[in-house]
Amino acid sequence: MARVEIRNLNKTFDGVHAVKDVNLEINDKEFVVLVGPSGCGKTTTLRMVAGLESISSGEVLIGDKVVNELPPMDRDIAMVFQNYALYPHMNVYDNMAFGLKMRRFGRAEIDARVKAAAEILGIQAQLQRKPRQLSGGQRQRVALGRAIVRHPKVFLFDEPLSNLDAKLRVQMRVEIKKIHARLGTTAIYVTHDQVEAMTLGDRVVVMRDGVVQQVGEPLELYNAPANRFVAGFIGSPAMNFATVTIAADADGLLWANNEGIHIKLPAEVAGRLRKHVGESVTLGIRPEDLRAAASSDAADLAVDVIVEVVEKLGSEILLDVKVGPSTMVAAVEPTVRAKVHDQLRLALNPDRLYFFDGASQAAI
Amino acid sequence: MIEGAKWRRWVFFYIPLSAFVFTLLFPFYWMMVTAVRPDAELYRPWSAPNYAPFWTAHPTLDHITYLLQETLFSTWMLNTLFISIAATLISLFCGLLAGYALSRLKFRFAGMLGTAIFITYLVPQTLLFIPLADVVRNFHLGDTPWALILTYPTFLIPFCTWLLMGYFKAIPRELEECARIDGAARWQAMLYIIFPIAVPGILSAGIFAFTLSWNEFIYALVFLSSPAQKTVPVGVTSELIRGDVFYWGSLMAGALLGSIPVAFVYSFFVEHYVAGLTGAVKG
Repeated sequence: MARVEIRNLNKTFDGVHAVKDVNLEINDKEFVVLVGPSGCGKTTTLRMVAGLESISSGEVLIGDKVVNELPPMDRDIAMVFQNYALYPHMNVYDNMAFGLKMRRFGRAEIDARVKAAAEILGIQAQLQRKPRQLSGGQRQRVALGRAIVRHPKVFLFDEPLSNLDAKLRVQMRVEIKKIHARLGTTAIYVTHDQVEAMTLGDRVVVMRDGVVQQVGEPLELYNAPANRFVAGFIGSPAMNFATVTIAADADGLLWANNEGIHIKLPAEVAGRLRKHVGESVTLGIRPEDLRAAASSDAADLAVDVIVEVVEKLGSEILLDVKVGPSTMVAAVEPTVRAKVHDQLRLALNPDRLYFFDGASQAAI
Repeated sequence: MIEGAKWRRWVFFYIPLSAFVFTLLFPFYWMMVTAVRPDAELYRPWSAPNYAPFWTAHPTLDHITYLLQETLFSTWMLNTLFISIAATLISLFCGLLAGYALSRLKFRFAGMLGTAIFITYLVPQTLLFIPLADVVRNFHLGDTPWALILTYPTFLIPFCTWLLMGYFKAIPRELEECARIDGAARWQAMLYIIFPIAVPGILSAGIFAFTLSWNEFIYALVFLSSPAQKTVPVGVTSELIRGDVFYWGSLMAGALLGSIPVAFVYSFFVEHYVAGLTGAVKG
C-alpha cells in the first residue's frame, strides 16, 4: 500500500516530447485511470512509473520515496500488460510463482499465495496448464493473478482488457473492480476506452499530446469538462459541437446564433458569456440533453433539424440530424416516431449547455 | 496442394518433386555403392562387357575395414568431434550474449556494431586464412586442435549472433519487462525467460555451427599438418589420395562414415530447427 506522486514528469524520445510536465498525486488505495487517444503519452507515463522507461526530467515517488533510479525489480510494483505477457514455457502455477521465487519466498508461502490468488480468480482448475491452452479470458486472469500474488505496493495496468471481446471485457472490468475493492491496493490503469475509465476510476486523468487535460472524478469530468477535448472524449455518443456567435439583443438578452441555431441563453449561462458578445465560440450539447420538443416547449430553446439516420437501440433512439450546416446526434425517447428526412424540432436542456472559448477551447 | 485434374498434379507436383529428390539423393547413393564395391569393379574400364556402374553384385566391407584399421580415421573422427563441439559451444555462448545485447539493449552504435559483425561474416574464408595463419603461428597454435577451435568462431560467432538476434527480436519485449517487474534482474530475465523460449533458435544455431565446423576444410588443411591431428575432411582427402592415385573405395567409405554424426544430429533435432528457422514463437 502506498501513495504515488508524479512531479513535473517529462519524456523525450529522439526529439519527440511525449510526456509534458505531468503532475499527479495518487492517494493510497486509490484507483486512478489514465485515459486518452493513442499516442497521448499515457502508456509512457505508466512505463516511467514502472521503471521500464527512463525519466527525461521530473520525479516519480512511490510511498514517499523517489524511485527515478530504481530498477523495476526494486520498486515493489506489479504490472498487467495488454498482451498478458505470460511466460509461454511455464504452466499457470509457475507463471504466478515466478515473482515470488525471484524474491526468495519459501515454498509453503508461495504455494499458499498462488492458491489464494487462483481462488480469487477462479482458475484453480487451470494451474497445471500452459498459457497456450487457455482462452483469452483465462490468460487475462492468470496475468492478474501474477500481479496479485506479489502483494505489491502499486498495481499498474496497461490496457489489460483491449485484447478481449466486448462481452468478456465488461465481465473482466467488473472483476478488476471487485479485486481492487477486496485488496485495496493503489492502482494506475491506462486505457483508451472512456467507458472503462469512467466505470473503474476513483479519479480519471484525461491526457492529450503528452499533456494532462483534466483530473477528476468520473462525474466531474462528465458534468464539468475543463475544455472541448475532455467534453468530446468523455461520454458516448460524444458531445455535439457547433460554432455559434454570441449576440446581445435590445433587451440585453444573449443569443447564440449560427445558420441552423437561434437560441436564447438562460440567465445563468448568459452571465458567464457576457464578455464574449460578438465573438465566435463553440457550443456543446450532449446527445442525451436533446429531446423531441413538445408543443409546450419554448421555440427559443430548440433547434429545427432534418433526420438523416435513425438508430434504434431499444432503450433509446439515436438520431443523426442535420442542424443548418452541421450534424448532431440526439438520444431521444424510444417512443419517438421519426423517419429519415423527417423535419423535427429538438428541445435543448437549458441547464446543460456548454460553451468553449473559440481560440483556447477552454470551458467558459 | 495443386488443385484440379490429375495430370496437373503430376506435372506440377510429383514429377518436379521426384526429380529434385533424385538429384539430391543420387550423390549419397553413389557414395554408398562405391564404398562397398570391390576394387576389381571400381577400376573396370567403362568399355568392359560387364560394366555396371550403378550397382554391385559383390558388396564388400574391405574399404571400411581398411579405413578403420590401416588409417587414422577413428582419430580423425575424434579430433573433428572435439573441435566441432568446442567451437560450437564457444560460438553459441558468444552468439547468445551478443545476439541478446544487439536485439534488446539500447546503447550507442548498437546498429553499427550489428552491421560490423555481419560484415565480418561476409569476408571469405579463402582470404581470411592468410592473416589467420600468421596469428596461429604467432601464438604457437599450429598443428594443435586449438588452431581450429579458436579460428572457427571467426565465422561461427557472426552466424550465431545474427540467427539468434532475429530470434530474440521475435520474442515480445513485454515478457522480459514483466519478468523484471516480477523481481528478476536483467540477467535473470534473460536466463529464466528469454533463453528457455529461444530454445528452438539456440538449437538451430548450434546445429548449423556444428555442421559448419564438421565440414570445414580450408582452415583445417592450412593449420594442421601431422596426420594424427587432422580432421575427417582433410584426413580423408590427404591420406587417401596419394599423388594421382585415388583410393575411391576408402575415400567414399570415409565420406559415408564422416557424414553419419551430422545426419544423426539433424534427424534428432529436426522439429526444433525447423521451428527455429521459421521463427515461430507462440505466446
